[in-house]
Amino acid sequence: MLKELCRKAFTKSLWVYHANAGACNGCDIEVIDVLTPYYDAERFGIRLVGSPRHADVILVSGPVTRQAAPALKRLIDAVPDPKLVVAVGSCAAGGGSWFDSYATTGGANETFHVDFFIPGCPPRPEAILYALAVAMGLVPKKAAPEHLRQETLEELAAGVTHLRRAG
Amino acid sequence: MLLSKLREALICVQAGRVTLPYPFAPHDPAPGFRGKLSLDADLCIGCGGCAAVCPSGVILIRDDAPMVRTLHFSLARCTYCGRCSEVCPEGALAHTLEFETATNTVDDLELSLDVFMGPCQRCGRCFPPPTSMEQLPVRGFRADTSCARAGADLPAPGLLDLWAPNGVTSAVDLRRPTP
Repeated sequence: MLKELCRKAFTKSLWVYHANAGACNGCDIEVIDVLTPYYDAERFGIRLVGSPRHADVILVSGPVTRQAAPALKRLIDAVPDPKLVVAVGSCAAGGGSWFDSYATTGGANETFHVDFFIPGCPPRPEAILYALAVAMGLVPKKAAPEHLRQETLEELAAGVTHLRRAG
Repeated sequence: MLLSKLREALICVQAGRVTLPYPFAPHDPAPGFRGKLSLDADLCIGCGGCAAVCPSGVILIRDDAPMVRTLHFSLARCTYCGRCSEVCPEGALAHTLEFETATNTVDDLELSLDVFMGPCQRCGRCFPPPTSMEQLPVRGFRADTSCARAGADLPAPGLLDLWAPNGVTSAVDLRRPTP
């Protein structure tokens, strides 16, 4: 029911609060790009707001450093429900190059629940727009887990030369 | 004052509409763009060179079964630096122009490949094909060393014996290549 409510509540204007949790500024620049007339996320009713209390969506960039993690948690608690947390960039999505560093928590989903991941280093403005479109149900999701395998000796002996996809 | 407003209006009219119709119409990146990794299962020889150079530790190598080596890619933290495709001796790894990888779960960004490592025709033991890459010690982000860091269960000690150089007795010793 909550899911249905979220879907209905989020169909029109999403107000976004952008939180930098240790990002190198690359993703932040791409987020600003999305708001320029060229890409124009505002045509979907999306705009940046200055306070988490006004926001529906928290856009997290950066690998969530240890310094930033408690503050970010408080910030997310300050957002009224229902809310979405979107991780922008490889750092926020999985920790990036710092996934096992002592100074970071290794990605946003280590600290709190993340609803959407946008990988990329930095993601193209189109990739961010695509994520918005997927989140709003305008286009289908493309990413899917992939498992490939090579043929085993028995299969080679039996003359199976093509590769088969398992799982 | 009024003139400047008129001039501004003229500039806006001349520029026309600049907004891309992107989510509703494709907007492909320029050639040479490094997007999502693609792995050609036919070409991969399982040398592990990609795992050794990956700065984000995206690629894990597991030798769980005697003749199968599993390459596991956690593409959520891939930084698209292109070092893996650069170092791949067989050209099995390549960056596609695909950038539409946004998802609601990180499991969607997993890619794995079971490489069949051929056994020797005489002794029956398994070996990777002898290439120059193969001469390099595979020590980068192997599953057993990453498990050790994460405090997770280690694979059976027998598996370590397959790959550990002489004198290495535990997975921790395999952690990083010595300079």
